[in-house]
Amino acid sequence: MNVDYHALAPEIILGITVLAVLVVDLLRIPKYWTAVIGLVGLFAAFVPVLTLGFCESLDFCTEPETAQRVLFGGSFVVDTFSLVLKGLFLGATAVALLLSVGYIEEDRYWQGEFYFLMLCSALGAVVLASSRDLVTLFVALELVTGPTFLMAGWRKGDPRSNEAALKYFIIGVLSAAILLFGMSLVYGYTGELTFGGIRAATAALGDSALLTIGVILTLLGFAFKVSAVPFHFWTPDTYQGAPIPVTAYLSVVSKTAGFVGLLTLSYQAFAELRDVWGPLLWILAALSMTVGNLIAVRQDDIVRLLGYSSIAQGGFILVPFGAAVAGNVTGDQLEQAFFATVTYLLIYAVMNMGAFAVVIAGANRLKSTLIADWGGLSSYAPGLAGLLALFFASLAGIPPIAGWFAKLVMFSSVLGVDSGWATALAVIAVLNSVVAFYYYAKVIKSAWFDQVPDTIPAAELRGMGRAVAPSLQFALVLTAVGVLVLGIFPNLIADVGDVAKTVAAGF
Amino acid sequence: MLINQFLLLGAALFALGVYGVLTRRNAVMVLLSVELMLAAVNINFVAFDRLIGDELAGGQIFALFIIAVAAAEVGIGLAIILLIFRNRRSANVDELDLLKL
Repeated sequence: MNVDYHALAPEIILGITVLAVLVVDLLRIPKYWTAVIGLVGLFAAFVPVLTLGFCESLDFCTEPETAQRVLFGGSFVVDTFSLVLKGLFLGATAVALLLSVGYIEEDRYWQGEFYFLMLCSALGAVVLASSRDLVTLFVALELVTGPTFLMAGWRKGDPRSNEAALKYFIIGVLSAAILLFGMSLVYGYTGELTFGGIRAATAALGDSALLTIGVILTLLGFAFKVSAVPFHFWTPDTYQGAPIPVTAYLSVVSKTAGFVGLLTLSYQAFAELRDVWGPLLWILAALSMTVGNLIAVRQDDIVRLLGYSSIAQGGFILVPFGAAVAGNVTGDQLEQAFFATVTYLLIYAVMNMGAFAVVIAGANRLKSTLIADWGGLSSYAPGLAGLLALFFASLAGIPPIAGWFAKLVMFSSVLGVDSGWATALAVIAVLNSVVAFYYYAKVIKSAWFDQVPDTIPAAELRGMGRAVAPSLQFALVLTAVGVLVLGIFPNLIADVGDVAKTVAAGF
Repeated sequence: MLINQFLLLGAALFALGVYGVLTRRNAVMVLLSVELMLAAVNINFVAFDRLIGDELAGGQIFALFIIAVAAAEVGIGLAIILLIFRNRRSANVDELDLLKL
C-alpha cells in the first residue's frame, strides 16, 4: 500500500517523541530533560506542518493533484484546515508544557509520566484535526481526553485534585457513551462511517427521526467536551481542582479539540442537516454565553472565574454555528461562519494560555487564587499586574489587544446573515460582552487600584517572593507578544483563518 | 432479519446505564453503568452492520475499537477511584463536595 509519509509526518514525529519521553524518563538524568525532549519533539512536528502548508513553493515537495491529501480511503485527510489546527494544537501544547515545568517540579509528583501523558493527548488532538471518519474521530477524541483524566488528578495527595479527576472522568466517559450511541444511529441509518459517505447518504435518503436523534446525540456528546451549557457542570470544579497548567491545557487544547470535532461533523458529515444542528447549536451558544457570564460575575476565585469565562467564551465560539440556523443561508455566509469559528479558536488559544500563565505565576508567589488576595498586585509586582491587565483586557475584547478581532469576525459572521434568529443571537452576544467586560475589569481593578490585604506576608511586598521560573517567563513573553501582534496586525490571523475555511466550501 | 429486538435491547441497556449513572452512589457502580451504555452501543453497531450487510464490516470494527477504548478507560477510572478510596476511605460520589459554586 502506498502511504504518503509526508502527510503523516507530524503524527509520526509526535509518536516517536512520546516514546522517547517514556524511555528517557527511565534514565538517571534530571527529569526536566523529558520536558526538553517533549518541546523539541513538538517543534520538530511543526516543521512538516509548515512544509505541507507551503508545499507549492518547495522543490522537494510533491504536490498532490487536489488541494488535499486523502489517506486511508478518506478516513484521514490533510487539508489547509487540518494543518492550521495542527499548528494550533502543537503550539498550545508547547506553551502548556512550558507552564507545567516549574509547577510540576515543585509539586514533587512524577514529572516524566506527566509530560508523556500530555504529549499523548496532543497526539490525539493532532490526529483529530485530520480525522474524517467516525472511528478515527472517536479514537482520536478518546486519546485527547483519556490522559487528561489522569493529569487532572496529578496532585495525588490533594483531595480537591482527586475530586476534579473523578468528576471529569465520569462526565468524560458518560459523554463518550452518548456520542457513541448517536454515532451508532447515524451509522445504522446511512450505512457509512466516512464523513463524505454520510453526507452523500443523507442527501440521497433524506431526513428521518432516527437520523435526527443520532445527529443530536452525537453533537451533545461534543457539547460535553466543549463544556457548553447545560453540559458544563464538571468544568468549574475540574478547572479549580486540577493543577493550574492542566487547567490551561484543558481549556485550550481539549476544548479546541471538541470544537474541531463539531466543525468537521457539522460542516462535512451533517452538511445536509443544517436544520437539525443549526437550532441546537443556536440554543447551546445562547445558554453558554448567558449562564457562563452571569455565574462568572459572582466568582471570587480567579481560576474558577476563568473556568466560567471559558464556558462563556465557548458560547461566543458557538455563535457562528448558530447563524446557520436560517434556511436561506448562502455558501459564502457559511464559509464566513466557519472562518469566524477558526479565527476565534486561534486567538482564544493565545489569550487564554496567557491568562493562565499569569495566574500560575501569581498563585506561585501568593499561594492563593482568591481575587481579594491579589489586591494591590501592581504595587509589588508591576510586571505581573501589567500582564494580567493585558490578557484580561484581551479576553474582554478591548482593542488593540487580540481579543477584539475575534469578537469582530464573530459578530460580522452573524450580522451578515439576514434572519431574525441570527440577529437575536447577535443581540444576546452583545449583552454578554458587556457582562463579561464587567468581571474582567473587576479583576484588573483589584490588581491595580485596591489596597494590599493584610494577609500577604511582608516579605512578599519587599520583593522577596520566589522568582518566576524561566520557562514560565518565556511562556508569558510568548503569549504577551502573541496577543499584541495579533491585535495590532489582525491580518496575520485572518490570512490563516482564511485558508482554513476551504472545508466549509461545497455547499 | 430481526433488527427491532436488537435495537430495543440496545436502547433498554443504554437507558439502564443512564439510570445507573444518575442514581448509584458508589463510583465503581457508576463506572459499571457507563460500561452498560457502551455495551448497548456495541449491540447497536453489530446489529446495524449485519442489517446493512456492510462490505467493510465497519460496524463490527467500530465495536472492536469501542471495546479496546473502554478497557483503557476502565483502567484510568479504577486508578482514580483507588486513589480517592485511599485518601478518603470511601468511593461514594455524593461525598465529593469540596468544590462548589
